[in-house]
Amino acid sequence: MAAEALGWWGVPLGILAGTLRGSAPFLFVSLGECLTEKSGKINLGLEGTLLTGAMSAYAISYLASDKWGIPTSVSPWLGVLVAGCAGMILGFIHAWLSQQPKVNDIAVGIAMIIFGSGIAFYFGKAFIQPKAPQLPTIDLGNWSAMPAVQSALKISPLFIFGVLLAPLMAWFFKSTRWGLFVRAVGDSPDAALAMGVSIKRVRMLCIIAGSFLAGIGGACLSLYYPGLWSESISSGQGLMAVALVIFARWNPVQCLWASLFFGGAQAIGPALQSVGVDQGRYLFNAMPYILTLLIMIITCSPKKTLSGAPGALGTING
Amino acid sequence: MALSRSNWRSRSESVVIPLAALMVALVLFGIFCMFGGKNPFAVYAAIFKTAFGSWNAFQGTLLRAAPLMLTALCTALPARLGLMVIGNEGALVLGGLGAAAVGLILSYGSITPNPAQLQTTLGLAPTVVQIGMALGGIIAGGIWIAIVGALRHYRAVNETISSLLMNYIAIALLNHLVEGPWKDPASLNKPSTFPIPELYRLGNIGSTRIHYGLIYGLLACAIAYFLIQHTTFGFAARTAGGNVKAARIAGLPVGKLTIIICFLAGSCAGLAGMVEVAAVQGQANASIVAGYGYAGILVAFIARYNALAAAVVAILLGGIINSGGALQRSFGMPDATVLVFQGLVFLVVLYSESLYGRFKIFKEPEIPIAPPPVPSAAVPV
Repeated sequence: MAAEALGWWGVPLGILAGTLRGSAPFLFVSLGECLTEKSGKINLGLEGTLLTGAMSAYAISYLASDKWGIPTSVSPWLGVLVAGCAGMILGFIHAWLSQQPKVNDIAVGIAMIIFGSGIAFYFGKAFIQPKAPQLPTIDLGNWSAMPAVQSALKISPLFIFGVLLAPLMAWFFKSTRWGLFVRAVGDSPDAALAMGVSIKRVRMLCIIAGSFLAGIGGACLSLYYPGLWSESISSGQGLMAVALVIFARWNPVQCLWASLFFGGAQAIGPALQSVGVDQGRYLFNAMPYILTLLIMIITCSPKKTLSGAPGALGTING
Repeated sequence: MALSRSNWRSRSESVVIPLAALMVALVLFGIFCMFGGKNPFAVYAAIFKTAFGSWNAFQGTLLRAAPLMLTALCTALPARLGLMVIGNEGALVLGGLGAAAVGLILSYGSITPNPAQLQTTLGLAPTVVQIGMALGGIIAGGIWIAIVGALRHYRAVNETISSLLMNYIAIALLNHLVEGPWKDPASLNKPSTFPIPELYRLGNIGSTRIHYGLIYGLLACAIAYFLIQHTTFGFAARTAGGNVKAARIAGLPVGKLTIIICFLAGSCAGLAGMVEVAAVQGQANASIVAGYGYAGILVAFIARYNALAAAVVAILLGGIINSGGALQRSFGMPDATVLVFQGLVFLVVLYSESLYGRFKIFKEPEIPIAPPPVPSAAVPV
């Protein structure tokens, strides 16, 4: 590792690099979950969506360039698109099922985790070995002569897209007619009904759009960082994103900060390993989970509902 | 007259609907196999043959059912309180670690015995060590899920998300311990704790290859059923699960109930971890994370949180998991096939929840009740 030449400076640099790389999937999944929860439903199944997205993006990128003769500059983008569409299919199943009477959306989420990861592992078995063309990166580190800095500042266009999407979504909720519909459906279904909005249709669209974003989050994993397909690639990031939305108080812009924070927490373990601190590496790698739990303990309270929480969230109504 | 009516119709509803859901899931799975170019009927036949086809095959099924019964209770018990706990895998791992630690301490006097200590055991009776290991698993797993219950009660932390996160923390802890402080230097390819001496492991029942874990599972399911359905404690739990506010007004200690039920739930999954360590692996290592936790959630759902039904469903699902190897060998299907099937079953069973009460067949026939002889003067206007 190049970080060795930097000595202990490799740790903050590694964390910075890990933040810029590792936060992209968190960002997409949390924005997707934010949109879903704003409409009053929870989608725990985004973990399965993330895996399916990662697998389909990788598989399509590989197949398109190796088998179908599509140039490697296009094939990863095709993979990203297909990942989003695969997410939408899973989102449709979740949206349809979770709106049936007496069906609990959290239970559907657990089922979708199992189903989504099953699908991803079933079709992904063949793609663990081959090397798929990766998404291009934007190099912001050319000013530095140090290769470690250069590689740390290779930023994915998807990440930039996600960073722009966060304020855009906040604007959507705040200032557009459709954003108002979503908020109405999530906060007060009765009011939405009085406005003449179809609760079912709004929720269906929100869940499908949210799953599209989660699928793209999966593409970030397999086509950018870590840039490979394996069965342990997401390891609960989809779930952490759900907790992250609570931490971000259902605000898309705060989802962005929270994602950066989580990406950084995830990078602590590998950054320490790169300078030779190997003691307790499993515990360092578990940092994001511990952090999520701590944040939930601190932010939740039995006395009041959280500020910013959509009113209909977690209640059973049509 | 009206009181003597039997409720067999509504009872049969809760048997017929899950069975029909299983059938539909089988058909969907067949279609899925067809898209993979496999003959679905050949796949069904292979599943049936390797799961229930012979006594030998059925033994394998029962072996897999044993931990499923225990992990299913980890979801089924808190569900009666209205909590959706899915920390089964984590509690299983903690139980395995607890059992391994107690087992090694009672065998050699230390979790990491030195070569001199390894020569001789402390000479305790096998029953003592086995009870110690079971208690180690029960307590470790129980505390793990009791934490989830306490966080729920005192901090209103969503129990589903916290228990799921704790699964990952538990697995990280397992990896840390078996590759670090608790590692047996002799375990090179697969880092593990020191092995429990053969003498102290859980043996098999009679001449079968089924270990005593199956008895644990059946007993735990029976006890859990009795506890929930036939004791005041269970009644209190079900009341709180039905309506927390009413339970509070009635003076039920909801917080205490939550933590105790969560402890019991975790201890069942912890016992499953003990069985994996003391009967299957002989030591704690990453192999105890075999997906029994997640499959246990599915068992609990299909059984509609009924502990006795969970034992039956565990055998069914154990059979399906047991057939995974055969599907891989004779059809070249990836091992994730079983996961896809589980997901399909789960989704269809969830959909079937919305069907209860929709079919006329399951409704009790309306028996015309004679109007009360005295015009009711008791009803105040």
